[in-house]
Amino acid sequence: MTDKDKLRIAGQFISALPFSEALGMVLEELSDGIAVIGMPYDAKLVGDPRSGVIHGGAVSALMDTCCGAAVMSHPSNPGGTATIDLRIEYLRAAAPGQRITARAECYHVTRSVAFVRATAQDETNGSPVATATGSFVVEGQR
Amino acid sequence: MSGRVKPEDVQVIKKRRDGALRALVGAVPYIQFLGIEFERRGDELTAILPFSNKLIGNPIISALHGGVTASFLEVTSIITLSWGTLWEDLESGAIEVDKMDGEHMPRLPKTIDFTVDYLRSGLPRDAYARATINRSGRRYASVHVEAWQDNRAKLFAQATGHFLMPQRRD
Repeated sequence: MTDKDKLRIAGQFISALPFSEALGMVLEELSDGIAVIGMPYDAKLVGDPRSGVIHGGAVSALMDTCCGAAVMSHPSNPGGTATIDLRIEYLRAAAPGQRITARAECYHVTRSVAFVRATAQDETNGSPVATATGSFVVEGQR
Repeated sequence: MSGRVKPEDVQVIKKRRDGALRALVGAVPYIQFLGIEFERRGDELTAILPFSNKLIGNPIISALHGGVTASFLEVTSIITLSWGTLWEDLESGAIEVDKMDGEHMPRLPKTIDFTVDYLRSGLPRDAYARATINRSGRRYASVHVEAWQDNRAKLFAQATGHFLMPQRRD
């Protein structure tokens, strides 16, 4: 299976998650514990009606999905995963109208737990919009 | 006995408080998208997330998406915090419900950080949440929030977060 096939299959897996699908998330990269997922700006995701800035909860959903995908792509081949804990730091407001892209890295896996960190960027180059760290349960290897 | 002001009519009070809560919650598109509702008992709020298929994260076991749980907890925290300040302004007469349109809506607190503890998977049924404000300073607030489904004592998630409070204009 080529990397492109893997990405396509994993991408179908992400869009089979109804909530990720509802938020328009698209898997852009996936390899050995690293995942990149994009989410388009949408008026329905706005959390601050005055500024049009996306709600932190939508960014959390993107981070959670991206971290989970990073765990699943780890070379140790986890059979499944679920979030134990996820901490998000909101560094700045995401620019209204811009796509948000999260990049997660699963940097350590034990028999039962995976450790992940992630950052999210909008289309403005520079500092990330948010950072996240999480721990995930690892369920039986494939 | 003179000098004692007659208490307001209960219907007038309810109309003002419920109207303000509806305006606050109704102004946020993401809350409408998730379908979150708020119930009020005096100044205490309970958030309700009616189950819907689009909220699923794991189609095999129909569990709520972790992002839905995080969003529900964060929305509950922000609305509870904002409601606390709004309540004071409402009761003192500083804010009038009829004038709570897009321009005059109170500014919402901004999340600094938020840590979610996923205790068990969210089942395909309605969820409830309540937030407690543990510190409410002029600059920032610290909030703890709990969510449950069938059984109040069996939380499926809890979170702690810090929020930057909107600066008052006066």
